[in-house]
Amino acid sequence: MGEQVTGDERRTDEPTVEGRADSPGPAVAVRPRAESADSRSREPVFKLEEVGVKYGGVPAVREISFDIHRGHITALIGPSGCGKSTLIRCLNRMNDLIPGAVIEGSIIYHGEDLYGDRVDPVQVRKLIGMVFQRPNPFPKSVYDNIAFGPRMLGRKADLDETVETALRRAALWDEVKDRLKDNAFGMSGGQQQRLCIARCLAIEPDVILMDEPCSALDPISTGKIEDLMLELKRDYSIVIVTHNMQQAARVSDMTAFFTVELDQGEKHRTGRVVEYDDTEKIFTNPSDPRTEAYVTGKVG
Amino acid sequence: MSTERYRSERTRLAVAGARARTRVALDRQPVGDVRKGGLFKLLLLLAVGIALAMLVALIADAVIDGRERLGFGLLFEKGSGDPEQAGLQQALLGTIYLIGGVMLTVVPLGVGAAIYLEEYADDTKWWNRLIEVNIQNLAAVPSIVYGILGLAFIVRGPLDLGFVVAAGSLTLALLVLPTVILAGREAIRAVPDSIRQGSLALGATRWQTIRHQVLPASIPGIVTGVILAVSRAIGETAPLLLVGAATFVTFKPSFFEGGYTALPVQIFQWVTRPQDEFRVIAAAGIVVLLIVLLAMNSFAIWLRNRYEQQW
Amino acid sequence: MATRDTTASSASALPPGALEAVPRWGEKAIYALLVTCAVVSVATTTAIVISLLSPTISFFGEVPITDFLFGTEWSPQFGEQAQFGVLAIVVGTLNVTLWALLVAVPCGLGAAIYLSEYASRRVRKVLKPTLEVLAGIPTVAFGFFALFFITPLLQDVWPGFLGEEPGIFNAGAAGIAIGVLIIPIIASISEDAMSAVPGGLREGAYALGATRMRVALRVVVPAALSGIVASIVLAVSRAIGETMVVLIAAGSTANLTMSPVESIQAMTAYIGVTATGDIATNTIEYDTIFAVGTLLFVMTLLMNMVSIRLVRRYREVYE
Repeated sequence: MGEQVTGDERRTDEPTVEGRADSPGPAVAVRPRAESADSRSREPVFKLEEVGVKYGGVPAVREISFDIHRGHITALIGPSGCGKSTLIRCLNRMNDLIPGAVIEGSIIYHGEDLYGDRVDPVQVRKLIGMVFQRPNPFPKSVYDNIAFGPRMLGRKADLDETVETALRRAALWDEVKDRLKDNAFGMSGGQQQRLCIARCLAIEPDVILMDEPCSALDPISTGKIEDLMLELKRDYSIVIVTHNMQQAARVSDMTAFFTVELDQGEKHRTGRVVEYDDTEKIFTNPSDPRTEAYVTGKVG
Repeated sequence: MSTERYRSERTRLAVAGARARTRVALDRQPVGDVRKGGLFKLLLLLAVGIALAMLVALIADAVIDGRERLGFGLLFEKGSGDPEQAGLQQALLGTIYLIGGVMLTVVPLGVGAAIYLEEYADDTKWWNRLIEVNIQNLAAVPSIVYGILGLAFIVRGPLDLGFVVAAGSLTLALLVLPTVILAGREAIRAVPDSIRQGSLALGATRWQTIRHQVLPASIPGIVTGVILAVSRAIGETAPLLLVGAATFVTFKPSFFEGGYTALPVQIFQWVTRPQDEFRVIAAAGIVVLLIVLLAMNSFAIWLRNRYEQQW
Repeated sequence: MATRDTTASSASALPPGALEAVPRWGEKAIYALLVTCAVVSVATTTAIVISLLSPTISFFGEVPITDFLFGTEWSPQFGEQAQFGVLAIVVGTLNVTLWALLVAVPCGLGAAIYLSEYASRRVRKVLKPTLEVLAGIPTVAFGFFALFFITPLLQDVWPGFLGEEPGIFNAGAAGIAIGVLIIPIIASISEDAMSAVPGGLREGAYALGATRMRVALRVVVPAALSGIVASIVLAVSRAIGETMVVLIAAGSTANLTMSPVESIQAMTAYIGVTATGDIATNTIEYDTIFAVGTLLFVMTLLMNMVSIRLVRRYREVYE
């Protein structure tokens, strides 16, 4: 999807196309880094070291080592089944909910081992929020959806204000301000997903994880959410899993390319990170031929 | 058909053969088959018909036999040795008290067990599987064995409550508990996992998720299940006989003191009397019982249709 | 919580203990409570077993188990001359169960096949709930039905060549009533099993030119057989455990016969009569309640386990 359907004035950068002289050129447009993330310090929020996940003894993903930087949008891309979702769910300990899931390696979050003995997954999730692939609003009113998180945290004072702030930050306030008491199930898919984002923002997390947040949405809603992500980048660190390469190219600062490999001697197909670099580099001048094959569309 | 159209004898024969075979296959079935099929269908309808006829006969028989005494008098008269005078007042009161006690016991226990089994229990642990197997087996234990349990453990034995309403309530509660647990589990299971994940991802604890998201969404299903299970308890006679619901002396409403009776027990007593008049009020009592059950079941179904969450 | 300002220089370390667990005693207490609720079910089974076991053991202290299981005369009330051969009442139960099955299996299976293979959607919508109504009718009503409708009917239409007509209390009428009572069990579970048979199997048979009857009898029923057998086993278990119908309509004297016209006493009826009678506790006669109860419990438990295993098998195959 190379066309921008939104007439949003925030998107002032014109996409430019760069490429090596001897290559067919990238298939996607890449945003130039005018206000580059490089200018901020590449301070790691997450440090992943040889991270692997096994479900019931079968490895799903292996030897993942890279850093996720603060204030960046980091995209995890790659074909289906190579463990991107598995990995992102490790970052807020949602994999704990799957019986038989075993995490190897270490994930350091702001200097603390995320899987340390004394770490409580509940506390982790208050700092690291998640938006899911299919919007999952609660069967309650819009207001109660947003208020749920703060209420559970004990922040019952100024609830109205918290709700409004969250909805504004999610660019949803104007659309729902008169309908706060209506059931969330009555909203469109795109609105529901922004509601889920607002819900996440209401607890004021540090990091927002997004697992293919737009794959169930139409192009217009997708555009709105991508714009939202660029806004949110100012205050939150975002990690996004996406199948849509163009989306990764549009919004992310760093990109990790995953692939799936057949382990020698074993019958399993395990996911691995092939390359992790600035998005611009990944899409215009990738180091690994597998990355290049994927981003130029030679393989699916 | 003209033979000139085909190049060779072989082709002509092949085409003729194919035509003939197709005609045989697509033509009507052999008569024998049709007759057998019709007879079979008739037998099936007969089977269904017998079942339905029995249902109708049972209800009609009760209505016809009891029609003289069907009226509000029946509901408000006290039990008595004289069939002309006898009524269901104490029996109805007794049933109301019994069922009240059953609900007070079975709702917390049953819903609690259902929540534990669906939300907390790890299937791989042997003790959780033991609990599940237990519940399945208990659901098939004859009701009179629950009566024996009540007699030995609740009326006498450790609890030693005596032949009182509370003993009857507890016995019946144990009887319907497996059904309530099953209904609760189904209602809880119907809540999609995405809701739980959404709640947990916001940093809510497991119990907060259950209390604020899962339970509210599953309450209509739970209530329906409880009402249906409890309505079965209303019709149970055998266990109550064993735990002492036979006396029908003056019944002062009380959970822990005094004798009591219940609707089906009263009907049973009337059925066992030789006089014709008792047969009449027994039949009338049955009609009352059926109406009560019909009302409760209809209410439960209406509740479910009205409040069920559509995901 | 990490600070959120965007200047590069600010350190964003976590406040100490940010990720540590907050002690939540309320949650732990609730968890304990919920576990207790679930454990009640195990406690109930234990209680049933204990309440049955102790008097049963004391019973078998006095009466040899072989006399109990193989004796044919049951008269515990005769004091000195008491006989404890349980076969008399076991056969009474089996007698009634036989006639029940003769009614329930054809009607139940027939209804199941009809619902699964022949009935249109509209008919199913009405018929299925109606059969469920049958399951909801209290057993005391069935007892009344057996005594005051079925028995006189049988007496009226009893053909002479079958011998003597049924008495006021007879096994046949109780059997028929129980049969009707268990039709929904067979119909519902069998229909479930038949519906679980994949449509592809049926379509394959139809495509080969089979008639509806053939498909039903030769394809669907054999494929659903374990579920059908499970339903029958469950129905038998239910029939054996049924009390009120036999208490009201079958009679109260132990009688070792399989004849439908005679009055018999079933195990459940014996328990019912004896436990509500004036018998001193801690006598052998009182203990018979528990001995017979144990036998009943074991029989139904075994059948239930068999049925569950069969149901699991048919579910595994198709789901």
